[in-house]
Amino acid sequence: MNSLNLKQGSSRKSAYDLKNPLDEREETHTLAVLVDNEAGTLARVIGLFSGRGYNIDSLTVAETDTKGHRSRITIVTTGTPAVIEQIKAQLGGIVPVYRVHDLTVEGPSVEREMALLKVVGTGEKRVEAMRLADVFRVNVVDSTLDSFVFEITGTSEKIDAFSDLMRPLGLVEFARTGVAALARGNT
Amino acid sequence: MSREMTGARIVIEALREQGVDTVFGYPGGAVLPIYDEIFQQNDIKHILVRHEQGATHAAEGYARSTGKPGVVLVTSGPGATNAVTGMTDALMDSIPIIVLSGQVPTFMIGNDAFQEADTVGITRPCSKHNWLVKDTADLAQTIHKAFHIATTGRPGPVLIDIPKDVQFASARYTPMNKASKGHYAPQLKGDIDAITAAVKALETAKRPIIYSGGGVINSGAGASQLLRELVSATNIPVTSTLMGLGAYPASGENWLGMLGMHGTYESNMAMHDCDYMLCIGARFDDRITGRTDAFSPDSLKVHIDIDPSSINKNIHVDIPIIGDIAHVLEDFLKVWKSRGRKTDAAAVKDWQHVINDWRDIKCLAYRGSDTIIKPQYALQRLEALTKGRDRYITTEVGQHQMWAAQFMGFEDPNRFMTSGGLGTMGYGLPASIGVQVAHPDSLVINVAGDASFLMNMQELGTAAQFRLPVKQFILNNERLGMVRQWQQLLHGERYSSSWSESLPDFVKLAEAFGAKGIVVSDPAELDSAIQEMIDHDGPVILDCLVEKHENCFPMIPSGKAHNDMLLGDDSTEGAIDASGSILV
Ligand SMILES: Cc1ncc(C[n+]2csc(CCOP(=O)(O)OP(=O)(O)O)c2C)c(N)n1
Repeated sequence: MNSLNLKQGSSRKSAYDLKNPLDEREETHTLAVLVDNEAGTLARVIGLFSGRGYNIDSLTVAETDTKGHRSRITIVTTGTPAVIEQIKAQLGGIVPVYRVHDLTVEGPSVEREMALLKVVGTGEKRVEAMRLADVFRVNVVDSTLDSFVFEITGTSEKIDAFSDLMRPLGLVEFARTGVAALARGNT
Repeated sequence: MSREMTGARIVIEALREQGVDTVFGYPGGAVLPIYDEIFQQNDIKHILVRHEQGATHAAEGYARSTGKPGVVLVTSGPGATNAVTGMTDALMDSIPIIVLSGQVPTFMIGNDAFQEADTVGITRPCSKHNWLVKDTADLAQTIHKAFHIATTGRPGPVLIDIPKDVQFASARYTPMNKASKGHYAPQLKGDIDAITAAVKALETAKRPIIYSGGGVINSGAGASQLLRELVSATNIPVTSTLMGLGAYPASGENWLGMLGMHGTYESNMAMHDCDYMLCIGARFDDRITGRTDAFSPDSLKVHIDIDPSSINKNIHVDIPIIGDIAHVLEDFLKVWKSRGRKTDAAAVKDWQHVINDWRDIKCLAYRGSDTIIKPQYALQRLEALTKGRDRYITTEVGQHQMWAAQFMGFEDPNRFMTSGGLGTMGYGLPASIGVQVAHPDSLVINVAGDASFLMNMQELGTAAQFRLPVKQFILNNERLGMVRQWQQLLHGERYSSSWSESLPDFVKLAEAFGAKGIVVSDPAELDSAIQEMIDHDGPVILDCLVEKHENCFPMIPSGKAHNDMLLGDDSTEGAIDASGSILV
């Protein structure tokens, strides 16, 4: 390829045989991002994910300190370990962000999500829906002669399981909040 | 003393308090109150550009050549959108600029009012931070905060969007010392254990190299000084990115030349074969690494950077050190000295012999000509005739930019301004204007290509109006040379739209703007043409007609490793395969 007949480097290893260190398995992490609640902060956080091609599996946000105008954003994201590290570093670089916690690695944490499910039906299906709601300790927050609105709180997996059961029983509408999470213990 | 004043007056007061002497801008309806205030004072000079993109690049040139932030003032809507390219450029190259944009009055926002644009929305991804100020009482505080954020940590562009009613309304002025900086406070000191580990590894390294970048220059003159001290104390070879040129002097004994896609053979080979890499204020960009899985496979990598997100982004490093370059280098030297100033001097000497063999290849050699000006020759002559002068070089983007980096020697930081990360054609002329405004008595030369020059040539009007004697050194190959080179190497010599048809007569163009125009095509007349350009007291275009089909070498083709360089035209056949051709 090189008619000047020059040495093409003296490395003993063929560089082409090296494996891509970034080619690793994906993990799911829950991040708590503490931010100043100023205009545009959420847009900046979301723009970071869309602009750099990161995943958002779930996102919740609300002001948690009204006096200090601070909000907590909980993001569930999936990526290789290198990408997760990069996400955290990039989030940390956003000016109104003052802390990024990776709840998945910082120790045990609790994660909860709330969902509302509207189930429409009569007869056997209605009875079965009510029975399963009992098993899952789900609240009925609205009911008519042929419908229920159930309120369920729990892990995302529990909500997935319950909604899967409701689907054949007449699930017509489904709203979920996304994950809120806190570290366990007194830290 | 906190006084009540209009928002427009607050803007001027805050800029003055921040030490701003120059604003690059362009007026329009939504900033008229601020222009009215500019008219009524003399501390801050306003440079009227001819296009808002020009204002942003001029501010970048000002910032990079002074180390102070550049300030831009534009109107709403099209004024703000025209600033987007320069802001993106500043973001990529970590240049501190503050953009003040007018906005329609608060009560009209969202109504698709005349010249309304969602400026904070549009500029969010191209700013380090931005604000829409809805209350005059917050304006001074926001401006002070903007300066803090633009200039600390990894520097970058910020934007403050100011609705017109906020400029008219009055509020108390918040002085700089009373303004809250918020919680933004990047870490300056590096972790001493990490620094010690990096020093220890250096002590036993047999094939060490320093790979420095723009971060050294951004960290201030002290950082470049410390880099020089480190190199002379340890005798490590040093290379640098395009953005870092000048931090270590090109005349220095340990200088390998620039690295990367069009870097020197010796620096790329040394990067590939080293066993210890000290990356200082650079970011393992793809122009530097080439193929990442083949990047310097045998080295221990130390990375010093103020931005934690630069660490392990593209290349996994062994010892990351987060902190300001000057702070970290100071500690690095202290630790190294206190541990007895050790290096494996014999091994390093052998390493330098290896490097000297690579140097002997003379990778920048080209075929000279008596009849036609070779672009490399033109730059060698420009270098020879301006060396040692108080000189600043800017460039446009393309082959000429790479040749400038290869053939001009930069002895000091802040002397070379070029668009690295974004590669913005049209950067060089306005940047040269910004540099000249900051350094009125210095020689400021923009090394340009014919195509790039046309992208912001309207700024010649700015140069003429403000008597800025910028020199436009156009390497005119009547081609979009870099594009043509890629088409030759990658696309079967199908030169799709890569020639500059209907080029203007650059001499007449210069004259039309009230500048001087010179044209040269004979190598024998080149020196006198360059001298005439330098000696003229005013803006000049030197239209240097060069070889049209010269390629820029060395070149690491996209998707190839550092030790897979192309060195000359005869080495290029089939050099880039299909997988490389999808890369840019
Ligand atoms: C704004 C912009 N548009 C397109 C490009 C792509 N591009 C890179 S180099 C180049 C050609 C530059 O031609 P010229 O300025 O004449 O310089 P030369 O390569 O001939 O030295 C082009 C089109 C770019 N970098 N910037």
